Parts: sequence; C-alpha cells; structure tokens
Amino acid sequence: MNPPNPAVARATVTVSAGAGYNFAYLDEGTKRMIRRAILKAIAIPGYQVPFAAREMPMPYGWGTGGVQVTAAILGAADVLKVIDQGADDTTNAVSIRRFFTATAGIATTTRTAEATVIQTRHRIPEAPLAEGQVLVYQVPIPEPLRFLEPRETETRQLHALAEYGLMHVKLYEDIARHGHIATTYAYPVEVAGRYVMDPSPTPKFDNPKMDDCPALQLFGAGREKRIYAIPPYTRVRSLDFEDHPFRVQRFDRPCALCGAEDVYLDEVVLDDAGGRMFVCSDTDHCETRLAEPRLAETRLGETRLADGHTGEAA
Amino acid sequence: MEPLLSVAGLTKRYGGRLACDGIGFTLDPGEVLAVVGESGSGKSTLLSLIAGEVAADAGSVAYRMRDGATRDLDTLSLVERRALMRTDWGFVRQDATQGLRMAVSAGGNVGERLMGVGDRHYGRIRATALDWLARVEIAADRIDDPPTRFSGGMRQRLQIARNLVTAPRLVLMDEPTSGLDVSVQARLLDMIRGLVAELGLAVIIVTHDLAVARLLSHRVLVMRAGRVIETGLTDQVLDDPQAAYTQLLVSSVLAA
Repeated sequence: MNPPNPAVARATVTVSAGAGYNFAYLDEGTKRMIRRAILKAIAIPGYQVPFAAREMPMPYGWGTGGVQVTAAILGAADVLKVIDQGADDTTNAVSIRRFFTATAGIATTTRTAEATVIQTRHRIPEAPLAEGQVLVYQVPIPEPLRFLEPRETETRQLHALAEYGLMHVKLYEDIARHGHIATTYAYPVEVAGRYVMDPSPTPKFDNPKMDDCPALQLFGAGREKRIYAIPPYTRVRSLDFEDHPFRVQRFDRPCALCGAEDVYLDEVVLDDAGGRMFVCSDTDHCETRLAEPRLAETRLGETRLADGHTGEAA
Repeated sequence: MEPLLSVAGLTKRYGGRLACDGIGFTLDPGEVLAVVGESGSGKSTLLSLIAGEVAADAGSVAYRMRDGATRDLDTLSLVERRALMRTDWGFVRQDATQGLRMAVSAGGNVGERLMGVGDRHYGRIRATALDWLARVEIAADRIDDPPTRFSGGMRQRLQIARNLVTAPRLVLMDEPTSGLDVSVQARLLDMIRGLVAELGLAVIIVTHDLAVARLLSHRVLVMRAGRVIETGLTDQVLDDPQAAYTQLLVSSVLAA
C-alpha cells in the first residue's frame, strides 16, 4: 500500500474501522469539502448549496446524498439510526446502517432518543427530537420549483429575488383541480421567512415537526449535488392560501398495534381477501409504546373496564 | 404633460449588423403607438430593448413610475425592474406559448401575477381570474383548462388577460394578431381597442399589418433597416406618406 498523503494523514481521525477504509468511507478532503457546504447551508437556512458529490458504492436514489452528509458529520462517539419510510428494518435502512458499521465502526441504534445522528428517507420520527441530535434527509430533487420552471438559471434567480408566486400557482392548480391542496408529500415550506424549500418527499404530516425543531436538520441530494439545512429552532412555515390553510392529513383510527393516535399510519395488507390493518409507520415509536409498562397497564385497565361492562357493550 | 415613456438614441448591433440605430420617441399615458415596417427592420428588437430583455449598446429608456418620478430603467435594480415588468407593464407575445404557461390552467395563468405580487387568497384570485376571462370573452367553464386546449385566438386573449390583471399602464405587443385568421383577428383587434380605451392603457404595438396600425394606433413609427424613417399621426402617415419607403409600404397593401 502507498504511504498516506501527509496532508490527509494529519486530518485523519484516529479511529478507523477494518477493511482498509478511511473513517466513514469518504477521504478527509471530501469530508472537509462537504462540511464547508454544510456550514454554508446552516448559515443561509433553506438555501441550496452546491457541493461536489462523490460516487458512492450504492445507486443514486438510494440515499447517496444523505450518506455523504452523514459520513461528513459522523464522529467516533456518534450513535447512528437510519430509517426508511419510518422503518428501521427495511433494506435501505439496514444497508446504510451496515455500511457505516463497516466503514466507521460506530454504534447504531433503532431508538430515536438514543441516536445522535438520524439519517432518514421519507419520514421524521414521531418522538420529539432533542438538542444535539442531527436529522439527515435523503433528497431526490432539491429544487421545489423544478416542475414549474424548467430553467435552472431562472429558478436560481427566483430564489435570489424571493419571487415565489410560482409556488402558489402550483397550489392554486391543486385547489382548482381537486377542491383542496392535494399535495401530500414534498410539500413546500418557507424557511426563516426567506427561502422556499423542498422538505424531501416526507408526508406533509411531518411538516409541522420541522418548525422550531431543537435538532439540526440537514438535507443531502447526491445526484443533484446540493446540500441545504434548517438550523435548530428555525421558523418553518408550510405555504398555503388564506382561505385554504395548510392542514395535515388525519387518520380516522389509531394504530392497530400500539393504539397511538396523531401518528402517521401505514396500511398493511394482510391477505388477498381485503384484510388490512393500519399501523404506525414509525416502527421505533410503535415498539417503544408497546414496551412501556404504563401503556401496558392502561390497556390492561381498559380491558378490565370493558370486561366490567360486558353486558352493555354486547 | 410629462411623457410616460421616453426612449432616446436606442442602438443595438448584432455583430456588424445594425438592428436598431439611434431610435428615440416619447409615449404619453393612454397613447397607442404602432411600430410598422417589414420583417427584419428591427421592430421586435426595439420592443425587446425597451423591455430590457436585450441589452442596448447605447441609448436610454426612461419611465415615469407610479409615484410620479421618472427613472432611467438602467438605474433600476433587478428586483425593481422585475417588479415593474409584472405589475405596471405587460408584454403580449407573438407566440402565445412563450407568453403563457402551457401546463397551467387558464385561471392559474391569469392568477400568476396576482400571486406574484403577494395575493394569498384563493377565492379572490379565482374571482378576479373569472372576471378577466369574461372580459376577454373566454367562457367561465374553460377556467380550469390549460391553454394547450385553446385555439390560437383564445390563447392570445388569455395572454392579454394574464397581462392586464394587475392593471398595468404600459403594454408592449409584438404582432398579437399574426397567424390568426381574418375574422378572429378582427374580433381580437376590436377587443384590444375596447380594453385600451376603457383602461386608458399606453401601448406600443409592433406590427407589419398597416390595417392593425390604422385601427388601433394614434401615432405610427415607420422603421426600415433599424432606422426610423417616418413618424407622425396614424392617419397622416398612412394617408399622406412622405418617405419613399412608406409610400411603397402603403401602396403594397392589397385592397379586398
């Protein structure tokens, strides 16, 4: 093996996992470049900072942007959680977790509260995030105006001049066509009263969680080579009309497993005879609730109560 | 009365070719000026120069803003200039696909400028859009159709509604009637004439069709090879042309 470049070696974190990888896969020069982009993104909330995204050992669309951001911010003491559509156990989440275990040797978890860095695709955890945590989003298309204005030069100018009338044209079209704002994911938000931003394809149910969030939120788009950020405790407002205010979707039933209300539910098909159930999309939230003794007792209490009134109920 | 728009010494070269050579004129509020001339005479370039879409090599364009102050457009910041373009000015293009958002419904097309200046009330935007569609004779039940399903004449009328919704004081029109059949042209011209009179719009209309100039304009500017050859009241220029080229232009019109 060649001797390491002295400039790089100086910056190299002493912890390195096996298999000859630099800590967290990326070389130190690349990490520094990404960190600079992240710092700039934090300084200008919601602004898309270009960065020289690298080829990653996974296809575009699998979270190459998020992985690069995570790799750049990980330290040896970090605890990583990766979620895909709310779940910790889907292919994408498992592979990314394994990737960082192999290349950085760091601890991983499925518990939201225990994680210091959470990489996510399509969801924000139900459990409230805390100061010191970082939420890293995987972003396919960072430009909220992309399908309204095809010219990238023009969209940049619109951002620069804060001309966001066009974004409302999209919402207008929604109402004209469906009678209400039918955009349910990647719902545009205004960050810190300035830049309009695509929150990545999270359901709009999660938009209110971005507002005034104590955790740092970072967004990485690998194919499009853009990084943007929401610093902690930043005002994030979902765009709307005065007479059609922003609303999140509501579910008419609680989670079938843990009974949680006011959470985002996934529909799970049970058989080929129309059987289905609605359960928490956030698997960790569901499991945590099921393990809570308090909840178990309450449910027991409810059962008893129901037993006591069997005659009436039946 | 102080003019609304003053153009002086406007010059544009494309390489060695002169597109516009030292063009100057003034336009009063509510006045309609027709720029006529054959293809390639620099008419459209002149319009682009005034609108600031093409940078001039020399010359200036001054505009009297709503607050009464006359400003050189070159001294406006990009933000002010764009704000001016989407509120106080309108630009009706020859090709409607360039002036409209073809994937957005008619209502959205008309409402875009309103949303651009900060209107955030859907009901009000839609009511204004409906009102304007009625004024340009587009049926209310077409409000949710995209312009791709509109005929050529309807597209031009929609473009006019889209531009006039913010009550501009100056509208630039680049051959708004070309490519339409004659009866549609007549209706469109009639409508433009009505709106111009009703709203007191100042208009610069570029056309190669002298009949359009005769019908709409108060004054005419005749251009050839990037220069103004003759200018004057419309009737005067068309009935008693002085320059040889204008005489040729007027005599080339076929009588029906």
